[in-house]
Amino acid sequence: MSLTRQDVEKIAHLARLSITDRESPSYVTSLSSIVEFVDQLSSVDTGNVSPMAHPLDGQRQRLRPDAVAETDHHEKYQANAPRVQAGLYIVPRVIE
Amino acid sequence: MLHTLSIGELADRLADREISSVELARHFLARIERLNPSLNAVITVTADEALSSAAAADARLGAGERGRLLGIPLIHKDIFCTDGVRTSCGSRMLDNFVAPYDATVVTRLKAAGAVMLGKSNMDEFAMGSSNETSYYGPVRNPWDTTKVPGGSSGGSAAASAARLAAYSTGTDTGGSIRQPAALTGLTGVKPTYGRVSRYGMIAFASSLDQAGVLSRSAADAAEVLKVMAGFDPKDSTSVDAPVPDYPALLDAPLKGLKIGLLREFFDGLESRNATLIQDALKLFTSLGAETVEVSLPHLPLSVPTYYVVAPAECSSNLSRFDGVRYGYRCAAPSDLTDLYERSRGEGFGAEVKRRIMTGTYVLSAGYFDAYYLKAQKVRRLITDDFRAAFEKVDLVAGPTTPTPAFAVGAKIDDPVTMYLNDIYTIGANLAGLPGLSTPCGYVDGLPMGLQLVGPHFSEAKLLSAAHHYQRATEWHLHTPDGYQ
Repeated sequence: MSLTRQDVEKIAHLARLSITDRESPSYVTSLSSIVEFVDQLSSVDTGNVSPMAHPLDGQRQRLRPDAVAETDHHEKYQANAPRVQAGLYIVPRVIE
Repeated sequence: MLHTLSIGELADRLADREISSVELARHFLARIERLNPSLNAVITVTADEALSSAAAADARLGAGERGRLLGIPLIHKDIFCTDGVRTSCGSRMLDNFVAPYDATVVTRLKAAGAVMLGKSNMDEFAMGSSNETSYYGPVRNPWDTTKVPGGSSGGSAAASAARLAAYSTGTDTGGSIRQPAALTGLTGVKPTYGRVSRYGMIAFASSLDQAGVLSRSAADAAEVLKVMAGFDPKDSTSVDAPVPDYPALLDAPLKGLKIGLLREFFDGLESRNATLIQDALKLFTSLGAETVEVSLPHLPLSVPTYYVVAPAECSSNLSRFDGVRYGYRCAAPSDLTDLYERSRGEGFGAEVKRRIMTGTYVLSAGYFDAYYLKAQKVRRLITDDFRAAFEKVDLVAGPTTPTPAFAVGAKIDDPVTMYLNDIYTIGANLAGLPGLSTPCGYVDGLPMGLQLVGPHFSEAKLLSAAHHYQRATEWHLHTPDGYQ
């Protein structure tokens, strides 16, 4: 199944990825080839089979007591931030 | 030569104070300086940290402490967060990221006295089978520097094979430890899903990723895995089960071990590769094992299944890279959407973007059932096939890769051709099973690997089988020319 340029642009937008006009044709080709490759799954009989989300049966989400276990390290973690002010991450204005 | 000694031999010399950990660190650091330029295996060298860890290890040894990994140098794949040290994941997106904490794997090895020499090159965000997608350039195979070392743990493979460290850590989501180990003559182990903590290991596909080791022998791998493995409350998929004493179990008798010959592994296998595997299996039977033919009829679907599931999970995991809190941010974003789109568009390489987009597509409205849910059902069929096989045999054997190492640039243009390199390894990831590759000979002068896959938590059996094989062969002892 071939994807169109519009398909790829829509997917790129959903994924919040900018694709230049120059790059676009190569993504159309490669994504089409990948989708065609995985399309072979459609012919597999999976009648009564339940989907497998992860490989170990019987794993359950562990819970822990609702007690504070961490201390404030925000300065250390924010050392990697592109723009920080007063402990807040700065981004372009969102709300007009 | 210090760099051709096994972990056990190094541990003995350190214990006898014949050598110091500082000398050992200096020896390997000098090798990295001299030999890494031809390989591009190491992204970040942590010389100062290495020397101070080594000095601390010497103090512990001097005080009478003993440990198999104490004072011995390693290289970590640059996917493990290392406190205060750049952790790039092979990507421009994290080129400026200094990890503020240690991954559990790093913490455990550090506690055991391991000396980190640096962070190894890798395919970007662990997506690749040749270490050609790295922002830092391709890694070269020490057996032939015009060839790839495999991927995504290509830097770790090249580093261990070229003896730049005593061992290296890696991760395996679709074969990324086993395949590069096979292409570089190493023993590579991917444990059972949940055996080793993923805390601090940058996530690619959360239901498939596992940390493991690339080393020169099963005996070495056993020492490292014993320290790496174990329950971690910080990883919600970590399994709370005791860790066997892998080194102590290496000599368990091979007699009666039932090895499954997977028909689907041998179909279409190129003849020289098939001969090496058949010779290896003959050796196993001469050592007391039995071979039984088994079939996993859904196994050929493992590659398309993986290329739905893994991209889907990666599209979710990589959504955290948004230019806001850490990592690459584009210049002068006009609004928030532009910030996200250009930070990600510029920060990620082509293969990563392809996989994020594939994942986004298969998870999108209208396609979710046909692709993602369908793939999860086929995943169960593949897993059930393995389970049925393990009722008849103790482990299955076959080639790790379809071919020896290929030339840099040979396969990078067509993604699907590259994906088919993982044809033998992917099944184990889908089913969460442990797998190991051990060197078994050469094709065209390049190493080839024999793969063993076992039921959940059968690492001890896999390591022991490989250990017996290695005691009867010498492939794993060879060092590539120019790196001796």
